[in-house]
Amino acid sequence: MDNGKRQSVTVRVQINGETREAAVESRTLLAYFIRDTLGLTGTHVGCDTTSCGACTVLLDGVPVKSCTVLAVQAHGHQLETVEGLEQDGKLHPLQQAFWDNHGLQCGFCTPGMLMTALALVRQEPLADEETIRRAISGNLCRCTGYMNIVKAIRQAGRTVAQTQEV
Amino acid sequence: MFPNPFDYYAPETCDDVYALLHEHGYDAKVIAGGQSLLPMMKLRLAAPEVLVDVNNVADLRTMAVSDTGLRLGALTRHAEMERAQWPDYPLLSATAGHIADPIVRNRGTMGGSLAHADPAADWGAALLALDARVTLADAARSREVRLDDFFVDTFTTVLEPTELLTAIVIPAPPRESRPFGQYLKLERKVGDFAVVGVAVTASLDDAGRVVTAGIGLASVGPRPLKAQAAEALLVGQTLSPAVIREAAEAASQAADPVSDRRGSAEYKRTMVRVFVERGLAKIQADWELVNRASA
Repeated sequence: MDNGKRQSVTVRVQINGETREAAVESRTLLAYFIRDTLGLTGTHVGCDTTSCGACTVLLDGVPVKSCTVLAVQAHGHQLETVEGLEQDGKLHPLQQAFWDNHGLQCGFCTPGMLMTALALVRQEPLADEETIRRAISGNLCRCTGYMNIVKAIRQAGRTVAQTQEV
Repeated sequence: MFPNPFDYYAPETCDDVYALLHEHGYDAKVIAGGQSLLPMMKLRLAAPEVLVDVNNVADLRTMAVSDTGLRLGALTRHAEMERAQWPDYPLLSATAGHIADPIVRNRGTMGGSLAHADPAADWGAALLALDARVTLADAARSREVRLDDFFVDTFTTVLEPTELLTAIVIPAPPRESRPFGQYLKLERKVGDFAVVGVAVTASLDDAGRVVTAGIGLASVGPRPLKAQAAEALLVGQTLSPAVIREAAEAASQAADPVSDRRGSAEYKRTMVRVFVERGLAKIQADWELVNRASA
């Protein structure tokens, strides 16, 4: 299989504001680069087939399923993961709202759900329920039935709109 | 899951892409959004030796609207079309919102979807309805191909291994008419591939007569299909219930579905008829609404 020319590639990203660099195989997927190479295991791998959205991260501010992006494709770009939400020991308004509204049960989908929600509340903090449901339709939750997730995102959006803290 | 090893190139110009494709031929595969290719590579259904990533080629991102039509760079993401507010091309945003899920739409591209040529893909049906053409280029030449001539069979197009799909060209709707568009999709769950997808578009004049019509079908044949006989039935007519029924029946005859776990061939063919009927009825209702408002 190895014909001797499979190059390793250098991937340098700015992740949660910090510059990180590593040499990996070109076939390394972004989710595994973030988890295994950079050691940021907050990003989860659920289905690994572009369905569940647990691995959602922000690439230049835009939600992508990191199991379906090559790490090398993020080279030179900005990444945000769930680890970047909390600042100085203070939960992000989204995290606080998920806490307050019981927006998670097992928590597996939560990192992806939070990142999708982050992009939404930045763009449209006062989104209505339909818009929120549509925005998170690529993030599957098998516990909550989504009611409390939607409530949490609405609350966070209101907080963000009031404080511009996002 | 991870793909087989491959050599990775990320050129920044079309010329560099052509050179790489010329050098590696069938061993190379172009990756754009990667939302179909990477899953196939992870399942080892595809195992290219060389991956040519075109995401850094700025020329593939251009978008131009003119009197004659719309020219979209191949790297246009589904999400961009979903947000696009082009009154002359209502079918584009109507279709984009049905593709996969919002996160996939942020990444997946129109050009990639067409080149991949999955018969269940939504763009194939919609762009056939719109009579779109694609630009295919290599180092030596550039050619424009009608989408109906581009699709050959399942996952098969006329694209040569050395060629790159660079743009999609959509003709403008005729003057003195107003375009309408509907995309109807039957799916087992949100974000799934279509069991049946139907794209319907029509430009209507002030009297409600159809000037041009387009009907594209997804998932009911070995490739996306254009229901030409049904389109021809509509031109020059007003969308009366009888005309709508006749066109819907003709479109269902153009479908060539197979029975699988998503449904029987008979069911899918029936759903084509139902969707064409619903789509055209909605277009007529939308036209009446606009006409009443401007009267």
